[in-house]
Amino acid sequence: MHYLFEPGLFSSGPVGTALLVGAVVAVTSGVIGVFTVLRGQSFAGHSLADVATTGGSGAFLVGINQFWGFLAAGIAAAALMEAIGVQRRRGRDVATGVVLGAALGAAALFLYLGTLRTSTTGASFTVLFGSIFVISPDTVPALLAAGLVALLVVAVLARVLLLTAVSPDLARARGVHVRLAGVAYLAALAVSVSLAAVAIGAVLSTALLIGPPATALRVTKSPGRAMAVSALAGLAATWLGIVLAYDSYYWPPHGHGWPVSFFVVVLVLLGYLLSFARPRRRRPPRSPHEEDDCGPAVSGSQTVLGRTHV
Amino acid sequence: MSELASALLELDGVGVRLGGRQVLSDVSFSLGRGEFTGIIGQNGAGKTTLLRVILGLVEPSGGRVLLDGEPLHGKARGRIGYVPQKLVIDPDMPLRARDVVSLGLDGSRLGFSLPSRRRRELVDRTLDGVGAAGYADARVGELSGGEQQRVLIAHALIGRPRLLLLDEPLANLDLRSEQEIVAVLARLSREHQISVLLSAHDMNPLLGVMDRIVYVAGGRAATGSTDEVVTSAGLSRLYGHHVDVVRVHGRVLVVAGE
Repeated sequence: MHYLFEPGLFSSGPVGTALLVGAVVAVTSGVIGVFTVLRGQSFAGHSLADVATTGGSGAFLVGINQFWGFLAAGIAAAALMEAIGVQRRRGRDVATGVVLGAALGAAALFLYLGTLRTSTTGASFTVLFGSIFVISPDTVPALLAAGLVALLVVAVLARVLLLTAVSPDLARARGVHVRLAGVAYLAALAVSVSLAAVAIGAVLSTALLIGPPATALRVTKSPGRAMAVSALAGLAATWLGIVLAYDSYYWPPHGHGWPVSFFVVVLVLLGYLLSFARPRRRRPPRSPHEEDDCGPAVSGSQTVLGRTHV
Repeated sequence: MSELASALLELDGVGVRLGGRQVLSDVSFSLGRGEFTGIIGQNGAGKTTLLRVILGLVEPSGGRVLLDGEPLHGKARGRIGYVPQKLVIDPDMPLRARDVVSLGLDGSRLGFSLPSRRRRELVDRTLDGVGAAGYADARVGELSGGEQQRVLIAHALIGRPRLLLLDEPLANLDLRSEQEIVAVLARLSREHQISVLLSAHDMNPLLGVMDRIVYVAGGRAATGSTDEVVTSAGLSRLYGHHVDVVRVHGRVLVVAGE
């Protein structure tokens, strides 16, 4: 274990903060990401991440904490997406071309101006690829609260979101305000993306939002278990990423740690690839004699299938 | 007691305008308890619109819809079970048949539900009642069209509705599944006194089970028994041009005339 946990790991203040914030980010992204995938909104998540880049770089330029920039831009983008209907396919294409391009262009300007002012490239790197080791302790309560609020929103909306994923028409017929639920969910998604942007960067935040849920979808069948597996997979990748990044101070080039984001993203990818190692149980093909009276007939058909396979 | 007094659902002179166009006018029919009624018409005739009016998703431009003699309101929705035309869920989504049925209990309410034995047993019983117990734990996206229909019917049934509305439940099903779904629905209406109202573009699979037909064409509807409604004269009036009704081996064909 000595090789994994280098000396000083557990006594370091920044590492402790990183582990705490990393846990909140991973769990929030993991749980919310399952709904993102269920609702087919990976694209919305990616768009929010792009726009968050603009917010983060803008916040850096005016000298406030980047999280607030990520959050403000994310929420504004979520509202805009709702207004122009990014959920619909045609709206998507238009939005991609116009809004996201403009947002990233603005981010380029902000980062350039920021570099001129401070003559370092650190800011660009922090905004784009995260800064989990340099989170100021003052922002930690805000980060924790934001994560809890996002999780609470999703917990309150869980059943409604699942029903809408099954069929929006069905949800509407049962009195669900589908659009309102969608807006609330999009806001929670924006918060989650902002948190992930703080931890592993605006550009890479989608990795935590989509990777662990994608892994979970391959190995679980129920929404509850998918959320649990997704949160745990995200947590494992984030914590292990933090530990490895800390260790990397002792790797070449000496005294310069490798970015946490790199480790987290690689671990997320490894987890996803690992999920392919477990062959997915497919349902046996349907028996040609599906009876109206189900019980015995189905077990009978399975026996038949079993025999043919043997 | 008059027929209207005992009707579960009653449409009286219902008209619908969508986007400035009169889609349906003067549609009237009533549906008694445990009755099986088919809304028959070609694609685009307004069948789905009619169902959406009854569900309260489309506001009629005229007439009224009464459920148990009262105008439709939020609470009445609990008495209607709805089966949409199809699921929009991908095969790899982590949602089992039993999850979908469980959402029939409280899916429209805020919060999340924890698994419980009572819920599990109720879900199992409901799935069993529609012959879907064999794939309770399969992902819904992986099920065939007929299997998904059964799961959706179980979803609608678990809330113990008085009226079951189904939008084209037989569309895209193979012959065998078609017969099975019709048999399940006929049994439900007979044994549990659930009124069934379903839309279909082909009346033939339903001829043996329908108590009543609502034939929609040309923006209007004719109601009655199949023999009363499906006649050359009656349907020609509805379509506004001549159609022939041909009966072959107990099946009915509606053919456009000269």
